[in-house]
Amino acid sequence: MDRNNVLEVKDLHVSFHTYNGEVQAVRGVSFEEKKGETVAVVGESGCGKSVTSQSIMRLIPQPPGVFKHGEILFEGNDLTKLPEKQMEGIRGKDIAMIFQDPMTSLNPTMTIGKQIMEGLVKHRKLGRAEAKEKALEMLRLVGIPSPGSRIDQYPHQFSGGMRQRAMIAIALACAPKLLIADEPTTALDVTIQAQILDLMNDLKEKMDTSIILITHDLGVVAETADRVVVMYAGKVVETGTVEEIFNRPRHPYTWGLMGSMPRMDLSRDTELTPILGAPPNLLSPPKGCPFASRCPHAMKVCKEQMPETTDASGTQRVACWLEHPMAPSVEIPHDLVGGASK
Amino acid sequence: MNSSTQKMTPEMFEPVAKDTLAQEGVASKKITFWGDVWRRFRQNKGALLGVLLLVIIAVLAIVGPDINSYSYRATNYEITNQETVGDHWFGTDGLGRDIWTRTWYGAGISLLIALLATGFDLLIGVPYGCISGYYGGKVDNWMQRIIEVLYGIPNLIVIILLLLWLKPGIIAIALALGITGWITMARVVRGQMLKLKSQEYVLAARTLGASTRRMLTKHMLPNVLGPVIITVMFSIPTAIFFEAFLAFIGLGIRPPQASLGVLINDGYQVLQLFPYQLFYPALILSLIMLSFNLVGDGLRDALDPKLRQ
Amino acid sequence: MSKVEPKVEKILEVEQVKKHFHVGRGQLVQAVDNVSFEVYKGETLGLVGESGCGKSTIGRTIIRLYDATDGDIRFKGKTTKDLKGKNLKQFNREMQMIFQDPYASLNPRMTVGDIIAEGLDIHELAKGKARQEKVVELLKTVGLNEEHADRFPHEFSGGQRQRIGIARALAVDPEFIIADEPISALDVSIQAQVVNLMKKLQREKGLTYLFIAHDLSMVKYISDRVGVMYLGNMVELADSQELYDNPLHPYTEALLSAVPIPDPDTEKRRERIILKGDVPSPIDPPSGCRFRTRCPKAMDICAKEVPTWQEVRPLHWVSCHLYQEESLKKEEGMK
Repeated sequence: MDRNNVLEVKDLHVSFHTYNGEVQAVRGVSFEEKKGETVAVVGESGCGKSVTSQSIMRLIPQPPGVFKHGEILFEGNDLTKLPEKQMEGIRGKDIAMIFQDPMTSLNPTMTIGKQIMEGLVKHRKLGRAEAKEKALEMLRLVGIPSPGSRIDQYPHQFSGGMRQRAMIAIALACAPKLLIADEPTTALDVTIQAQILDLMNDLKEKMDTSIILITHDLGVVAETADRVVVMYAGKVVETGTVEEIFNRPRHPYTWGLMGSMPRMDLSRDTELTPILGAPPNLLSPPKGCPFASRCPHAMKVCKEQMPETTDASGTQRVACWLEHPMAPSVEIPHDLVGGASK
Repeated sequence: MNSSTQKMTPEMFEPVAKDTLAQEGVASKKITFWGDVWRRFRQNKGALLGVLLLVIIAVLAIVGPDINSYSYRATNYEITNQETVGDHWFGTDGLGRDIWTRTWYGAGISLLIALLATGFDLLIGVPYGCISGYYGGKVDNWMQRIIEVLYGIPNLIVIILLLLWLKPGIIAIALALGITGWITMARVVRGQMLKLKSQEYVLAARTLGASTRRMLTKHMLPNVLGPVIITVMFSIPTAIFFEAFLAFIGLGIRPPQASLGVLINDGYQVLQLFPYQLFYPALILSLIMLSFNLVGDGLRDALDPKLRQ
Repeated sequence: MSKVEPKVEKILEVEQVKKHFHVGRGQLVQAVDNVSFEVYKGETLGLVGESGCGKSTIGRTIIRLYDATDGDIRFKGKTTKDLKGKNLKQFNREMQMIFQDPYASLNPRMTVGDIIAEGLDIHELAKGKARQEKVVELLKTVGLNEEHADRFPHEFSGGQRQRIGIARALAVDPEFIIADEPISALDVSIQAQVVNLMKKLQREKGLTYLFIAHDLSMVKYISDRVGVMYLGNMVELADSQELYDNPLHPYTEALLSAVPIPDPDTEKRRERIILKGDVPSPIDPPSGCRFRTRCPKAMDICAKEVPTWQEVRPLHWVSCHLYQEESLKKEEGMK
């Protein structure tokens, strides 16, 4: 495992057994997270991004979930094989998570203060008074006004944005090495989203935490991420730095995603180019490239074989047959590139 | 992943014709709502066992009394209180009546009472809940207050008064159970109606100008059917049990007719001398209760939309 | 989708509309308060705002799912307040709605064919073979095909279901369609499919849309004009490009700057306005201007007087004391 990496996910396969059969939710996902870096995992619903993040936390219920194959290396330990007891020591202490809906992820019968202190007492072995002091500090840090009185309040007394702040305070209380944020702003209004993203960027600098950001919103990615992992149908189709993904995307799915989003800073005359069709059913995923049936550049080989992941630059990797030397050269739709049509 | 085992040829990199792309695909097999429910129900072994048991019991309740030659009321004083003699498979009681025949006859009566009682439940509870939930507001408020008052009266008192007034027979007992039992049904239906009322497909029908009748028959009732069936499945065993309880306190079917409750009561009187007389009817009663609960559980799981893919 | 001339025929006029809900214990939610705007024939008017701003309530009030507490709504010049019987049925044909949740907006017990034909059945527009043909035609219009008619909704994906919902609305040949967050439950790649379909239908059938959403970039893309709502009030209304280029109301400004742009270079250069705090409760909204508790430019007068709804530039309406000379004078007086 590379020294600079906090986390390495290698060829992860996760399936779920349902009434209808085996759903192959994650089918060979690999990426790594460097120290102090924010990696955004983007993709549409059902692409496996949440399953991947829950696998890192080992929050996948088993059954119906099954780890079929692969490794998740965190500080040299394979998290998929760690005994539950040890995993409990990592969860909340070294790896923390914030969820989409702060209402259902906070305990409604416990005060916010107690919920922050819980982890501190358990993992940092602090006494009550110390823990309370630290909890107050955390509330101040995440920008909750009058923390002294807020600490004894219950989640329902907080507004949506405040709850998400409290959630972040809980997650960061033990100064985790890795923070997984699963759609942290999806349930929030834009003005509140701006507050939370601002806070997360601010805290990242202060606390030097590595962040995995799961989202479907490319705008949020552009604003917060250093590196991007684009997922489709349980696979990683493209990874790269945020500049590479937005300025020089190489996978037709990434082009499609960019092309189907209106940009507020561009004129209205730019037509949206939607991706036709719908993602494949992961009960019986296609044997070739999963995007082939929707891809405007699909070739015969795409339907037959899954493309290998190739290096496009030192940091950008793509899984697409267009990268193959025999493939015809396809121009990136020019109006996508970095707002070139401005 | 290493796919270099297969040789790459230039024609593999020819573009695919555009019209084969992105066909609008839907699930290949047509699945109706009930087909889907059945598919899930089928996978629940317990529920299937329940259905099997219920079918066997129902068949025996109908044909059982005629399998041997004895009538449920024929007495024979020469073979009183005998355990399994000849074709008296379950033995005879204190009057020499055949317990096999009487047990299945009684099971039939019990099931009949329970079905009738549930029928009354549906007859009163569903329309009551529908009206209350659909119209809402003041109407709902009043109808709910009435329910609360009725709920406050102990149902045993109502039943006893009713049975003193009507002579205890199948209809009377079923009526008494139905009159006190519909409240649960009404509450279930009302709750569902309130939930459905704000569903977008119901709003869509309203913006299209659908009449009240259409709203109820096309959009609301079909969608409360699931919870209603589940409630029925759980109220049938309750009715059977309550009927047995009434028989036990002397308000049951009059002899020589019998229900499972009456038989259990009779068996209980001679429990220490002839325990088999209690055993058979009690076993059948337990099996009926168990099966309905198994089936009800299975249906609830199968109908629960949260499990739907 | 060309620029709308002011002379164009008004199809809908909303005048000083209020919608209040009783929520028990004598409490009143002022979901919509004194909202006025007009929609011109053939245009798309976008309504944006955060949750609880009343944008969906105003939509449902216009289509008569709710009765307005006060004010008047005129559709094609006639008030919709006391429509009954035949007139109401006619109204139901002329105005239709597309809903948000593709999973809750189709009756799970009906086939897609019956769902689409519901309007035909209610208004007895087609029977037997003609009904069948019309259903097929509608399915094709929204990009589905004939075989889909006897399937059930749960066999379809979110985007397909939303298109079925559109077909249902189109069945009665409406002129005006209220789209209540039609794409917010859909994935990015599917959103564009639905929006493009809606644009195509507008071109072909000359439809007028009221497009309600919280996604500013999509609203800007589809709308000719955009109205911004905050806590039950309309705060600004203008041509969509004008609103983006020259936002007047401080809330609009903050809202626009809060939307992340999918371009890291632009993002780095951008100065954003971060609003403090949360939206107050509509049960007891702030006095005066409802935005003043979060407004970075709030003045003394904002707490005392409700700003008036004024056209401060041609076709650019705003409700803010900053743009009202009298208010500014009074503010001087207060200091």
